[in-house]
Amino acid sequence: MLKIGIPIFPGSNCDRDIYHVLTKFYKIKTDFIWHKKDKIKNYNAIVIPGGFSFGDRLRAGLIAAHSPIIKEVKRLGNDGVPVLGICNGFQILVESQLLPGSLIKNNSLNFICKWTDLKVRNTNTPFTSKFKMNELFKIPIANGEGRFILNKAQLKEVKKKNQIVFSYHNDDPNGSIDSIAGITNEERNIVGMMPHPERTCQSELKLFGLTNSAMKIFDSLIAYIKK
Amino acid sequence: MEILTSSELNYLKKKLNREPNLLEKEIVGAQWSEHCSYKSSKKYIKLLSKKGDRIIKGPGYDAGIIDIDNGDVITIHIESHNHPSAVEPYGGAATGVGGIIRDIISMGTMPIALLNALRFGHINSPFASNEIKTSIRTNNELHSASKWLLKNVVRGIADYGNCIGIPTVGGEIEFDESFTNYCLVDVAAIGFGKRKNLIKNIIQEDDILILAGSSTGRDGIHGASFASKELAVENRSAVQIPDPFMEKLLMEVTKEAIEANILKAVKDLGGGGLSCCLSETSANLNKGFDIDLGQVPLKYNDMAPEEIMISESQERMLYITNKDKLKSFAKILEKYEVPFAVIGTVKNHKNLVINKNGKTIANMPSHLIAYAPLLNRNGKKPKYIDDLRVKEISVTPPHDLNKTLLNMLANPTIASKNWIFQQFDHEIGLRTIVKPGITDCAVIKLNNNKFLAAKLDGNSKLCYHDPYQGTLTCLSEARANLISAGAHPIGIVDHLQFGNPENPEIFWSFKKSIEALIDFSNFNKIPVVGGKVSFYNETKIGPIKPSPVIGMLGLIKGMVGVSQIRPSPEDTLYIIGITSDNMGGSEYYEFLRGVKGGRVPPLDLQTDLNNSRIVLKIIKEQLISCSHDCSKGGLAIALAEMAISSNCGLNIDLDKLPNTCERLDFLLFAETPSRFIIGTKNEEKLENEFAKCKNLKYSKIGKVMNTGDNITFMAKDKKIINLEMKNAKRYYENISSIMKNQ
Repeated sequence: MLKIGIPIFPGSNCDRDIYHVLTKFYKIKTDFIWHKKDKIKNYNAIVIPGGFSFGDRLRAGLIAAHSPIIKEVKRLGNDGVPVLGICNGFQILVESQLLPGSLIKNNSLNFICKWTDLKVRNTNTPFTSKFKMNELFKIPIANGEGRFILNKAQLKEVKKKNQIVFSYHNDDPNGSIDSIAGITNEERNIVGMMPHPERTCQSELKLFGLTNSAMKIFDSLIAYIKK
Repeated sequence: MEILTSSELNYLKKKLNREPNLLEKEIVGAQWSEHCSYKSSKKYIKLLSKKGDRIIKGPGYDAGIIDIDNGDVITIHIESHNHPSAVEPYGGAATGVGGIIRDIISMGTMPIALLNALRFGHINSPFASNEIKTSIRTNNELHSASKWLLKNVVRGIADYGNCIGIPTVGGEIEFDESFTNYCLVDVAAIGFGKRKNLIKNIIQEDDILILAGSSTGRDGIHGASFASKELAVENRSAVQIPDPFMEKLLMEVTKEAIEANILKAVKDLGGGGLSCCLSETSANLNKGFDIDLGQVPLKYNDMAPEEIMISESQERMLYITNKDKLKSFAKILEKYEVPFAVIGTVKNHKNLVINKNGKTIANMPSHLIAYAPLLNRNGKKPKYIDDLRVKEISVTPPHDLNKTLLNMLANPTIASKNWIFQQFDHEIGLRTIVKPGITDCAVIKLNNNKFLAAKLDGNSKLCYHDPYQGTLTCLSEARANLISAGAHPIGIVDHLQFGNPENPEIFWSFKKSIEALIDFSNFNKIPVVGGKVSFYNETKIGPIKPSPVIGMLGLIKGMVGVSQIRPSPEDTLYIIGITSDNMGGSEYYEFLRGVKGGRVPPLDLQTDLNNSRIVLKIIKEQLISCSHDCSKGGLAIALAEMAISSNCGLNIDLDKLPNTCERLDFLLFAETPSRFIIGTKNEEKLENEFAKCKNLKYSKIGKVMNTGDNITFMAKDKKIINLEMKNAKRYYENISSIMKNQ
């Protein structure tokens, strides 16, 4: 049976939202995995949720990156299991060095919660196969430290290796380099993104001029693990 | 500072039949502060109607509980943190959020939404009247605090709510000179849960008291007493320090413990610290407590017993369970690494007994501590009220109404609040179906196809001119906001904020405000489920204007009933209700023209109810596509907001509008209550529906144009306003421009 794991840390707060989407919309068996667990079974995919793990003490994602569960996530990631980090999950993946770059305070210095337009720049990952190249879609962000940065050499490298997955279209809300909103590793199985696809799940959003198209991220993942 | 007044001390001595020691005086002093005891207001709060089929608990508990069918309950509570926020806006606002969240958790429900109502002095605005500009210029030092307070209050609320993961879904904000160098920070929290999971609050002898969360320190010492006097000296040590991370852990602990059926009673520690928490719990549950003060985890080892008992260190909860379940509870606390200690046991003696190092250092009946002797305060109608009402005011009609409307749109009280609510995570939890700014109120998804609408409203300018009519208008506006979204009102919460109650003129205003609440609630059969009173909101420059903040909750069954303020192109627009030219306390008079005085618009309860009923009916029957109430800034502002939200132009003809106004500027900006603007593509069916209502005043007022068109108003075949959409939007975003470089 297919199974997805959601690692949780003290301070994770989007864990139940992801759980709701995976179990209610896709009927996938999903487990919460407490951060102290140092041996986990083989999951078909891992989704690291948003939140303020360890209260963002020291730096967002830093303490979580050193927890026992992340060693296990690294092991699964190295075996090619799809891993998605959303918001704080992305910060944790960056701090764990599973993904390149850093996430720093938004250039406005404020927390920003709003809907943005994203552009798909790589359809060759387990999370983007259902999109068309350069497809635009709407998705909300909610972060204070969402400004993604790379040095010049790193930027050249990720471009060469085609690791940019999503970028903000027109309006870059946090001042990320090259407007990057999501990035993948060289092997393409680990993706981190600041926007929240799980927040686009409700059908009622359509009544108010919003779309559910960011759900294609989960559609892609489910299709991938079912293959 | 005296801990107790001499008459209170005498009362205490008489009841104890002995001299109380210092620790006992401090315990009683914290509990008998105005903030904790409601000694001035309790007699009046008791008059509010708490009856209703849905009401499980009314005012007097940590939160009100409303039954919403299918075994589900909603809890709601509102509180302010004014004094602390005025001194230390970030910590004050953040701990205000923390306190209200713990109240919801204490009931056995989980918080699903936060709202806030904020009040500040004027922030610099180039669009204000000359009077306001001059006042800002001459008192620059006092006024410069307003932007600093606004920025840090918003950040404090954001950091706390965002971190803990509860969406801040709505709010309300006003700017007025009476809040100069001060601020009002009201926060409300809504909880959701199962009726069967509500904390039972039944305890027995030998049950165990556990204190969990942060250690007790010297922060917030005398916080409750600090909030029960005018703000004269900035007392920073009375302000608490926020730790949302600890609160998040406490929330998870409580949730797990409730699911495992471990908890018999839960109480949060807030104003008055351990003193209030222990005495109130002991008195309410009719049992005594033996407390070992030596067990309380401390930040500093040398803290005196008085300090431990009245410290208001945040993120602390009191749990009561029995001996058998202590082990499983400890396991949950250890999982989340939350510090805790067993601090006492339940006894049958009904006293609060404080022991330390094997010695009893305080021993008093809990009822005596928890119930302060109530005061009889006198009220006297302030002279200024009649003076303002009969004042002759001469305001010349503006020659450029285009410019007038733009300046009104830029009025921070009216302008877009994007800059504020974008700093709040308003989406987490997947319940915020309708985002801020789309309807007149927040709409949150519950379950079983049920939705909850919630709104806070206040109007201190009207309440200053006439506290009775002003409070009625706040209530009417809150209801109109819920109705506009298609919700049926189910409960009211109120937060009544005034200056020093020892001043009879201020106490009179408070009583008038309560009268309005009673009249509205009884007439409309909407129960008051919770509330709070905050007095002593004064600084060196004087008392704040009377500032009741009204919260209202509404229920929507099925999404078909949700309306939005955003019209669609080609909609025909109608207005319901008469516009009258009572301009007293209006934003037009005060912000733009710099005048005070005049009559405030009277509210007729029957008309207000009739108009609300018809709007709710046509929304349910899906005869209209949008609906917006007409409040601050009047008709012109309501229409401009609709145009801006849809990005569509409007063409409005003012000639047919039901009104008693002699002037166009009054017609455009009067704040007459009980009015709605609606848009439809079913004119015939709608007019048939209107025809069925006796005495309904309404008229067709215009048409929605296409994307990007201008907003135009016609009177006697002349274009009196012709606004470019781009320009309207730019003025409407004035708060962002002011705060951008702060």
